Amino acid sequence: MDEMLSLLGSTLRLSAPLIFAAMGGLLSERSGVIHIALEGMMMVGGFAAAVATLSFHSPLVGCAAAVIAGLAFSALYAALVIPFRANQVVAGTAINFLAAGVVPSVSKLLYGNTGSTPSIPLDERLHWAGPVVGAIVLVAGLALLLAKTPVGLWIRFAGEHPHALASAGVNVIRVRFLSVLAAGALAAMGGATLSLSLSSAYSRNMTAARGFMALAALIFGKWKAWPAFAACLLFGFAEALQNRLQGVALPWKPDETIPVQFIQMLPYLVTLVVLAGFVGRSRAPKALGTQF
Amino acid sequence: MNVVSSLAIELRNISKSFGSGESRVFANTDVNLSVRRGSIHAIVGENGAGKSTAMKILFGMQSADSGEVHVFGKSVRWRNPTEAMASGIGMVHQHFMLAGPHTVLENIVLGCENSSAFGILDTKKAASRLRELCERYSMPVDPDRAIEDLPVGVQQRVEILKLLYRDSQVFILDEPTAVLTPQEIEALFSNLRRLRDEGRTILIITHKLKEVLALSDEVTVLRQGKTVGSIQTKQASAELLAEWMVGRKVILDVKSEAESNPGVVRMKVTDLVLDSNHAMLKNVSLEVRAGEIVGVAGVEGNGQSELLRALLDPKNPLSLNSGKVELLGHDVSSWSSSQIRRLQVGFMPEDRHRDGMLLDESVELNILLGLQNHPAFVSEIPGVGGVIRKSALKQALERAWVDYDLRPRQSGIPGRSLSGGNQQKLVIAREFEHHPEFLVATHPTRGVDVGAIEWIHRKLFKARDQGTGILLVSSELDEILSLSDRIIVMFQGAVVAEFSRGNVSAQQLGLAMSGGLKGGHA
Repeated sequence: MDEMLSLLGSTLRLSAPLIFAAMGGLLSERSGVIHIALEGMMMVGGFAAAVATLSFHSPLVGCAAAVIAGLAFSALYAALVIPFRANQVVAGTAINFLAAGVVPSVSKLLYGNTGSTPSIPLDERLHWAGPVVGAIVLVAGLALLLAKTPVGLWIRFAGEHPHALASAGVNVIRVRFLSVLAAGALAAMGGATLSLSLSSAYSRNMTAARGFMALAALIFGKWKAWPAFAACLLFGFAEALQNRLQGVALPWKPDETIPVQFIQMLPYLVTLVVLAGFVGRSRAPKALGTQF
Repeated sequence: MNVVSSLAIELRNISKSFGSGESRVFANTDVNLSVRRGSIHAIVGENGAGKSTAMKILFGMQSADSGEVHVFGKSVRWRNPTEAMASGIGMVHQHFMLAGPHTVLENIVLGCENSSAFGILDTKKAASRLRELCERYSMPVDPDRAIEDLPVGVQQRVEILKLLYRDSQVFILDEPTAVLTPQEIEALFSNLRRLRDEGRTILIITHKLKEVLALSDEVTVLRQGKTVGSIQTKQASAELLAEWMVGRKVILDVKSEAESNPGVVRMKVTDLVLDSNHAMLKNVSLEVRAGEIVGVAGVEGNGQSELLRALLDPKNPLSLNSGKVELLGHDVSSWSSSQIRRLQVGFMPEDRHRDGMLLDESVELNILLGLQNHPAFVSEIPGVGGVIRKSALKQALERAWVDYDLRPRQSGIPGRSLSGGNQQKLVIAREFEHHPEFLVATHPTRGVDVGAIEWIHRKLFKARDQGTGILLVSSELDEILSLSDRIIVMFQGAVVAEFSRGNVSAQQLGLAMSGGLKGGHA
């Protein structure tokens, strides 16, 4: 029983960063902009959060810094793909590379190494309940926003039929720009959850493709808030399970364990199976990836 | 009533050009238009005559280089459609501005939402307002249905309700009948008349002269970006309007002198079945004989495209699940499209721009398109492959200039620089290049000017009289009725009716097209 409860707890904790990023992706993609750059946003968010928390000794300042960093990077991304009409996949990939380069460079300047920030003292870390509750409230809020408010209607039309939105007198560019900005802030919050709550520092590449897993969860969840949330829980569960299975002995050979590398593949394997098996059946916003 | 306020819309000397230098195109040159309040005013003209540009200027989607727009007597200069809408102008676009997965209500309130507490959409109030409008104008529609589940005619009703919801006073409709059945067209027209009788003003852009005569109070004709003239509809005739549109006398209804004389079977399909996501063919069987034109009528999206794909690419599992396709006596069910192209068959594709031409390539290469295995144009060099014979292409192009009246007579220019009618002539010239014994003509006159329609229809009749079997697919009922020796009707992937020449009216066809007629008669 305890085993189950603790597995459930770690599933929730490990899902939180995915949920933040997936909800960011939800906003962006429902408004019609593909968001490959969630991964990069998570990196800069996680790093900025750790740096600010170390300097100001407050995880809340850390979260604020993550949001600001996320906004800055997503403003760059939004500028590239919306007014300058760059290809969204190419520009998103470039942003990911940029983040993967900027973070170690700044780290080198600040701390003299390109790997990790110094460790954040225990009492300055984010309590695990914060991100978990925050993520669930976020999902509920976004589901409501999209389904029941005028702004949500605009976002959905921007991704489905932007010309209809424009002909109804709403500025499509503005709707998309703000959605992409918000996406960056949310994904960066996911990164902050990683470095402030799930870990004790920002370490190099700690996002470990979670931005892409969030994207997979979004697609698996048919670009809808609650189903995407469920998909994030599935991936979080796979991750919790792989943590648990590490070092567990093989039942038929008690003195040997499964090599840890294989166990660590689990979340990615689940992602792969889910994407290969279900993507065909979900329907993307019609204008996703188009210029306006 | 004073003169100024009796006009709803007035365009004075509107000019608009695109591009600059040599590539400058004048879309509108001194266009003038006066629309009386409470009237239905038709704007007709060929493709590229400047109708759409003028309406976009009126609706604030584009701004004029010079000239004035007056709305209800006031001079206006919109910067965007929002300003135009705020002044009571609404537009129903040719391609509907509706998002398929969203509900009718969401599509209608978009941009003028009412919120209740906490910024939540007040759907109750909006729905009751919509129901009221539906009832008042007898245009029933369920607010909670998704747009994609509604037939096209109802979707258009939603577009009109959208404008009524905003209480627009001026309705601009761009080619509103293009996708409707005759019954839906009649319903639309009676709704429009009712709106006019209420004092609203209707502007309808169209190229169908019959509809202009049936519906409008006044007509304005544009040609090459200029106003040719305006006339009271009751004083106008189709011949006069066509002459204004084209600039010369036009024969509108080409009739064949000879009776059809069907010979051997050129195309035969048996029990074609396709069942994929949206595409459907339900046991379609059909044959076309030498020397006859078989017309396929149907609202677009009822299996016509799928039928054509099965004919051109039967081997592809995406085009056909089962069934037998025979062309010119061969069983081609397992042939690829390149094998089929080697037979004496011609295809005029559905979407000329997407499938019929390479717009950025030269006219010569467009003549070659699809004939790249034809020995007349390509010499095989063993071990190397084919080499294009440019001189042969040039000759074919020169033949097209003379035999098909293709203009301009200039080699090397990109396909894009030809007018719609001339692009279609090029496609026809190419497909007739190897004297097809079977020809598929899909929307042969779509986007083609009135003058060229006459020419294309004559060409099809001539081919028929020389023994070509022709399968004609068209959404223009008049075209189907005047060209076809036999007519089949497709509805939801099945052949639901068949008629022979002269035994059917547009109304009967329309009924069959909307699924209201089962069986039919030979």
